[in-house]
Amino acid sequence: MKTSTLVIRTPEGIVFSQQLGGPVSRFFAWFIDQLCIHLILSVIGTFIAIFGILSIGFAIAFYIIGWFVISIGYGIFFEWNWRGQTIGKRLFRLRVMDVEGMRIQFNQIVVRNLLRFVDSLPFAYFVGGVTCWLNSKCQRLGDIAANTVVIRSPKVLEPDLDQILAGKFNSLRQFPHLAARLRQNTLPAEAGIALQALLRRDELDPVARVEMFGDLAAHFRTKVEFPAEATEGVADEQYLRNVVDVLYRTRTETRAEKTVAA
Amino acid sequence: MIVDLQLFIANERPSWEELEKRLNHLESEPNMTMSLDQLQIFHQLYERTASDLAKITTFSSEPEIRRYLENLVSRAYGEIHETREKRRRIFPLQWFFQTLPQTFRRHVRAFYLSLVITIAGCMFGGGAIALDPDSKPVLMPFSGLMQDPVKRVQEEEKAKEDRLQGFKSTFSAQLMTHNIKVSIFTLALGMTWGFGTIIMLFYNGVILGAVAVDYIHAGETKFLLGWLMPHGVIEIPSILIAGQAGLILAAALIGHGSRLSLRARLRAVSQDLMTLIFGVGILLVWAGFIEAFLSQYHEPVVPYNAKIAFGCIELTLLILFLSRSGKRKPADERTAK
Repeated sequence: MKTSTLVIRTPEGIVFSQQLGGPVSRFFAWFIDQLCIHLILSVIGTFIAIFGILSIGFAIAFYIIGWFVISIGYGIFFEWNWRGQTIGKRLFRLRVMDVEGMRIQFNQIVVRNLLRFVDSLPFAYFVGGVTCWLNSKCQRLGDIAANTVVIRSPKVLEPDLDQILAGKFNSLRQFPHLAARLRQNTLPAEAGIALQALLRRDELDPVARVEMFGDLAAHFRTKVEFPAEATEGVADEQYLRNVVDVLYRTRTETRAEKTVAA
Repeated sequence: MIVDLQLFIANERPSWEELEKRLNHLESEPNMTMSLDQLQIFHQLYERTASDLAKITTFSSEPEIRRYLENLVSRAYGEIHETREKRRRIFPLQWFFQTLPQTFRRHVRAFYLSLVITIAGCMFGGGAIALDPDSKPVLMPFSGLMQDPVKRVQEEEKAKEDRLQGFKSTFSAQLMTHNIKVSIFTLALGMTWGFGTIIMLFYNGVILGAVAVDYIHAGETKFLLGWLMPHGVIEIPSILIAGQAGLILAAALIGHGSRLSLRARLRAVSQDLMTLIFGVGILLVWAGFIEAFLSQYHEPVVPYNAKIAFGCIELTLLILFLSRSGKRKPADERTAK
């Protein structure tokens, strides 16, 4: 069955997944690489033209060999030196890796690049594209022969939780028994949705943001009814922030507060 | 169930950052070697991060941290669990005189099969020309081969000017790149379960057989040998070795009689395919050079006997190289056992 992820289970029992690069993003990366190859060749051509003054035959021979070596060696050189990436792949955050998650070997890079001769048949990587489309791991023939896959490796940064869980005053914490009940009544998935809504709030359209936080706050208000003094004048977004603070922090003190107290 | 996410992150963040720093360093230097102490620390960091990933997957629905940890664990996993040898230095002479001939001999049956297919093509092409000389345009659709052999020999021997003057290097480069491309293509067509490779080898045989019979039939055998042997004794075996590589790939795909998985079979032959095709590339560079600078010159410029003798010497050396080079002496083999 075709999937968009490659799931790997380590001997320690840890399961992790990698997003696979699809045929379209790979095609665009290949297109960028072709432009790079032409750019390199045109630069070399300019230098060779100077040699042509001395010997036209030698200059043409040098260009023919240069064209051949660069068109085949470009992928091999970059994928080896950039750990599975070329310029095009780097732009589209794609990376070639071993199908079992191991470090990619030089012979794998060579084989997958040489098999481009078949994948590119009859034109514009038709065979490779169709194979990639049909294959469960989105592999072209070269990838199958070399035991490689192309994965998407988006730049993953640590989520900045400080921005939402900083030690601000939380009116809900004035009622610890109700806060405990809120934690008890909330499912992990609901807590996750609330956290994600806060983390991604800046990506939302202003109207949609107000509506969404209104809906979420209304949902959490039905979980536990806090007294009016805890909720009066608190905007929906702030209410949700307080809810997340209660759900994700079981202690009333933050580390900063502890440090100050010490 | 909810975990104290902030405390968890605060406690574990230094380990994640340290692992990320080490991974970045490792990835920026492919040839870097870690000391035992560094390896132990790296392994500890990997295990701790993997354990954090397991916790975060179990206790929280927080996808962003999970993705971040998955990314770190997957990168470290490849480094920790890779058991294949990482070659840090290349020894070109050792590779050429030992690895290449040893690899060739290890898969010599595929070479023989490649040879048989080509001979079958030769017989078909030669037979077709012998029986029906008018089939020449169909079998050899190349303008250079369409000419009557007797006329061509007369023209070549009468030529007083060097037709390749000033273009020998260009011609040589064209021959090298074209032949190497054909060889890579022959190898790559192994992915068609060998059908493409077999067709390529057979078709090469057909052309070779047709040309040979055409010249022999015209009484120009000596010219033919003098023309083809200097470069052909290297070029033809090179295409056969490329066919050998294509058949090895096909055999790994088909996996007849093997209990290994497809992935394991392909992994097992990958290194050998690379060795053979690089070897073919080197041989074809030599063949291209000889074809442009020697093969195209005929009597009275270069005597045919000299060219044939040169071809015979090359062929002998090639056979010796492929059959003997890198072979262990009996004493070494006993020691190895």
